[in-house]
Amino acid sequence: MKPAPFDYHAPTTLAEALALLDEYGFDAKLLAGGQSLVPTMNFRLALPEILIDINHIADLAFVRNEDDGLHIGALTRHAELERSELVAEKAPLLAEAMPNVAHSQIRNRGTIGGSLAHADPAAELPAIMIALEARFRIQSQSDDRWIAASDFFVDLFTTELEAEEILTEIVIPPLPARTGCAFLELARRHGDFALVGAATRVTLDNLGACSEARIVLLSVGNTSVRAVLAEQSLQGKALTGQNIRDAALIASDQDIEPPADMHATEKYRRQLTKVLAERTLTKALERATSAP
Amino acid sequence: MNVCVTVNGKVYERVVEPRLLLSDFLRHELNLTGTHVGCEQGVCGACTVLLNGDPVRSCLIFAVQAHEQEIMTVEGLAPAGTDKLHPLQEAFRDAHGLQCGFCTPGFLLTLLPFIEENPNPTEQEIREALSGNLCRCTGYQNIVKAVKLAVETAERGE
Ligand SMILES: Cc1cc2nc3c(=O)[nH]c(=O)nc-3n(C[C@H](O)[C@H](O)[C@H](O)COP(=O)(O)OP(=O)(O)OC[C@H]3O[C@@H](n4cnc5c(N)ncnc54)[C@H](O)[C@@H]3O)c2cc1C
Ligand code: FES
Ligand code: FES
Repeated sequence: MKPAPFDYHAPTTLAEALALLDEYGFDAKLLAGGQSLVPTMNFRLALPEILIDINHIADLAFVRNEDDGLHIGALTRHAELERSELVAEKAPLLAEAMPNVAHSQIRNRGTIGGSLAHADPAAELPAIMIALEARFRIQSQSDDRWIAASDFFVDLFTTELEAEEILTEIVIPPLPARTGCAFLELARRHGDFALVGAATRVTLDNLGACSEARIVLLSVGNTSVRAVLAEQSLQGKALTGQNIRDAALIASDQDIEPPADMHATEKYRRQLTKVLAERTLTKALERATSAP
Repeated sequence: MNVCVTVNGKVYERVVEPRLLLSDFLRHELNLTGTHVGCEQGVCGACTVLLNGDPVRSCLIFAVQAHEQEIMTVEGLAPAGTDKLHPLQEAFRDAHGLQCGFCTPGFLLTLLPFIEENPNPTEQEIREALSGNLCRCTGYQNIVKAVKLAVETAERGE
């Protein structure tokens, strides 16, 4: 259980890192927090020839608020997001989810960029980013592009990132008025990967009906899954207890094809989806009602 | 590659392969075998050390990444040059917070900053703080008791 040999590079600027990626492409791997990559290297499931350690690129770690939203550098550690007052104020859904991302020792190293690039369907951050309509900045030596979170995650551990690209920045736009969010998950033990999780967001119109709902589920498919039919069922409706329960049932019955594994059966995952969707929608409604 | 790292206040310099894990560096290069290795996938917490004051998994960091950083291992807990234990270690002993002791170094280093930051934790907070460390012997009850004892002792100023 020891990693295979590799060449180690520790660039201090983004330009250097991009040049290295341009040179080595598929043979290279970026090393951010290492909390997903190093376990796979220890088991020799990953055998990169070149490791590009981006931990010395100070410009990639920041949290700041701008007119178009909250900007987060890809190298920002989970622990930093968990503690940040700016995150709590501007992206309370992200703050609510952070304590569920692994254990404190992992959060001290793991980064938001690593978590998104890793694209684990059981991870919290991809679902949160889709719920908050975040967009990601992706840079390579020859290109600099933005992509919506909802287009970024392609499949199991697969994203739109090319071998020579780095995810550098995440922008979370401000929430619309009269909007509330909520996150809940169930794990066997605090900090373990979730059996199922739900990130929900609702916006109310002037009459108090639902003008938009987002329900993003984790651990029920190959990527985070939007419960589109359930979302549509709430559009324009008053968010009564009955309507919320109906939507939760649509989410659990029609929107997902959850896997069965040693952690949970398919049926149990559907049951959890129903319960968590109902609870998060109810909470999000409560928050939207008291939101400015 | 050259690594120069401060461990428990002492500076060490070694030439190592980049693939050497910090856990193996501490154990095999520096002979600091108090840091234990259980799973090498970040799950068990036995290898937890402090990196610049923060608990991290030493099995998920390469030794070269610790270059010019400060590490604290379980060997750094008890006051040097005495036969005294650190108060947290005493609490573990007094509350029977360990049996085989394999997991203990990881628990101690996870708890050290936790108690400093949370001088008055609830049981729920203690259990959440411990969630990243596995113990196969104690059933955790006495570990939680040990934390409470350490907190009470610190409160009384002993
Ligand atoms: C015991 C344990 C429990 C965990 N539990 C959870 C959990 O409950 N929820 C959860 O979400 N996560 C969990 N994790 C994973 C953890 O959150 C990781 O921190 C995260 O998945 C990866 O982030 P990292 O910075 O460590 O990335 P790394 O491990 O360094 O990298 C992961 C992948 O992303 C690539 N990469 C990294 N940064 C970039 C970038 N900026 N641009 C492009 N590619 C990049 C790397 O090349 C690599 O392929 C757990 C991990 C462990 C060990
Ligand atoms: S050996 Fe590092 S967490 Fe188990
Ligand atoms: S005391 Fe034996 S594993 Fe914890």
